[in-house]
Amino acid sequence: MNRTPTLPGPEEGEAGKDRQGPMNTAAIQQLLHERFGAAVGPVESARLLEYVEVDGEIVDEICLFLRDQPDLAFDCLNNLSGTDRPARGKIQLTYELFSYVHRHTFILRVDTSRNRPEAKTVENVWSAANWLEREIYDLLGVNFIGHSDLRRLLLPDDWVGHPLRKDYVEAPEYHGISTVRESIFNRPERK
Amino acid sequence: MSLELEFDDGREGFATEEMTLNMGPQHPSTHGVLRFIIRADGEVMRSAKADVGFLHRSIEKIAEKVGWHGFMPYTDRVDYVAAMTTNQAWAMAAEVLGGVTVPRRGEYCRVIAAELGRICSHLLAAGAMGMDIGAITPFTHAVRERELINDLLEELCGARLTFNYMRIGGVAWDLPPGYPAKVLRFLDHFEPYVDELDDLLSNNKIYIERLANVAVVTRERAIAYTLVGPNLRASGVRYDIRKHLPYSVYPEFEFDVPIGAGLHGTVGDCWDRYIVRLHEMRQSAKILRQALEGLPEGPVIAKVPRNFKPAAGEVHVHVETPRGDQSWYVVADGTEYPYRVHIRTGSFAAMSIIEELSRGLMLADLVALIASFDIVAPEVDR
Repeated sequence: MNRTPTLPGPEEGEAGKDRQGPMNTAAIQQLLHERFGAAVGPVESARLLEYVEVDGEIVDEICLFLRDQPDLAFDCLNNLSGTDRPARGKIQLTYELFSYVHRHTFILRVDTSRNRPEAKTVENVWSAANWLEREIYDLLGVNFIGHSDLRRLLLPDDWVGHPLRKDYVEAPEYHGISTVRESIFNRPERK
Repeated sequence: MSLELEFDDGREGFATEEMTLNMGPQHPSTHGVLRFIIRADGEVMRSAKADVGFLHRSIEKIAEKVGWHGFMPYTDRVDYVAAMTTNQAWAMAAEVLGGVTVPRRGEYCRVIAAELGRICSHLLAAGAMGMDIGAITPFTHAVRERELINDLLEELCGARLTFNYMRIGGVAWDLPPGYPAKVLRFLDHFEPYVDELDDLLSNNKIYIERLANVAVVTRERAIAYTLVGPNLRASGVRYDIRKHLPYSVYPEFEFDVPIGAGLHGTVGDCWDRYIVRLHEMRQSAKILRQALEGLPEGPVIAKVPRNFKPAAGEVHVHVETPRGDQSWYVVADGTEYPYRVHIRTGSFAAMSIIEELSRGLMLADLVALIASFDIVAPEVDR
């Protein structure tokens, strides 16, 4: 018998000795505001989600600060999503940060103009941003300034347009392959 | 072509030329349709660049077109190896936005379905791990056991792969008569089988040699790349959404969160990622036993209007799928269609780290690396 011994139980090997407990969004916003001034907005709420809007031109510096301050220690970019808001003429980027040290979450938001959507890359802060930003570039057309490899990720390189934009219209064909299907039900019935 | 080349400085001898190799998109060991462009110097890789998107169906855009209830079957296709947990994530996002409370029996049904699904997925992962590096037999055993779970899940919801079992507000059907006893019978059979798989595979000398110390992911790298679930825990981070950001009725159950310990090599190597999954199957069995024992009576689904229109708002929902923390960002604008859905999956993060890990790795170890991350291609592409 070659049974594998049980792995360490819940109490052993826990690397959280220096954990100081989580901070809430308001406290984090205050820290950011003290450091970056007008580039950091107030705490806003989308009903169930509290977030802080920041300037896309220095989002990389803000993120670096959030990662490297010991009482913040946001070591993980859990999610990065883009939302097209044509009514406001904006594309919103939502950064969901998480700290494995303090086990707290913080939502950052960058509002960027729909006509020229751009933000500084945070690839140098969290490696995960490389692909997450490529995905948003691909599907929403946001330019991440300073990104090392900003290419389409999911769609072919020669695809036209950004499908997750609300006004996206699918091309009728791609390399001679039709994207529309004619149905017999749309034809007049034969007499 | 002759192998003997002359160097620029006039020295004579053997020189190696860098090769560019294509792997995939059709390759039996790549776990779905994905492609790597490999630059290799002999057997050693300089880099393996992933080319993904072959399975991109723009599922997130479909969500904006089909409505809240209508999107449920599509979530099965996000991760078809473990559809129950993706079902659950979508249902939870809609429930949080719409303020729906799931009846307790409904939550228990979800946990039973989700944990059976987790065992199912981990069996495939563990079996495929062996097969990818040349041990065929354990795979056939794992798939044989997985069939039993497929039978159980088929009895529960009529499907063996794309379950579409959960609904906003609960689950579609109550457990069939005699179901808890049947699942218990399966667990009695299954728990000794995990030990058998352990004997057969885990400590096999060749298996260890192929996996221990291969493609080590440190704790810091794992977090920076947002590795989640078993891939993160193998690097020594004890974090499981079911335990640390609890949802459903998971706080009522007792279970451990196994982490990698570098038993045969270094913490965070391929072997650790494998063994964490093996241990998790035992933990899932433990949860299942508790859920079956504490199963309450009552309805399994809350009253949710057919024309479901949650008030405008945004939410992040996290669910522990077999491939780790799946993060759903869902925006509602008060209509019967979701305004935006974004899914950050475990396989997506794992794919993005492969290029960095591949540098200096042996070519033959690339399949071991992909298998150890338990990557499911449609989950990357969505």
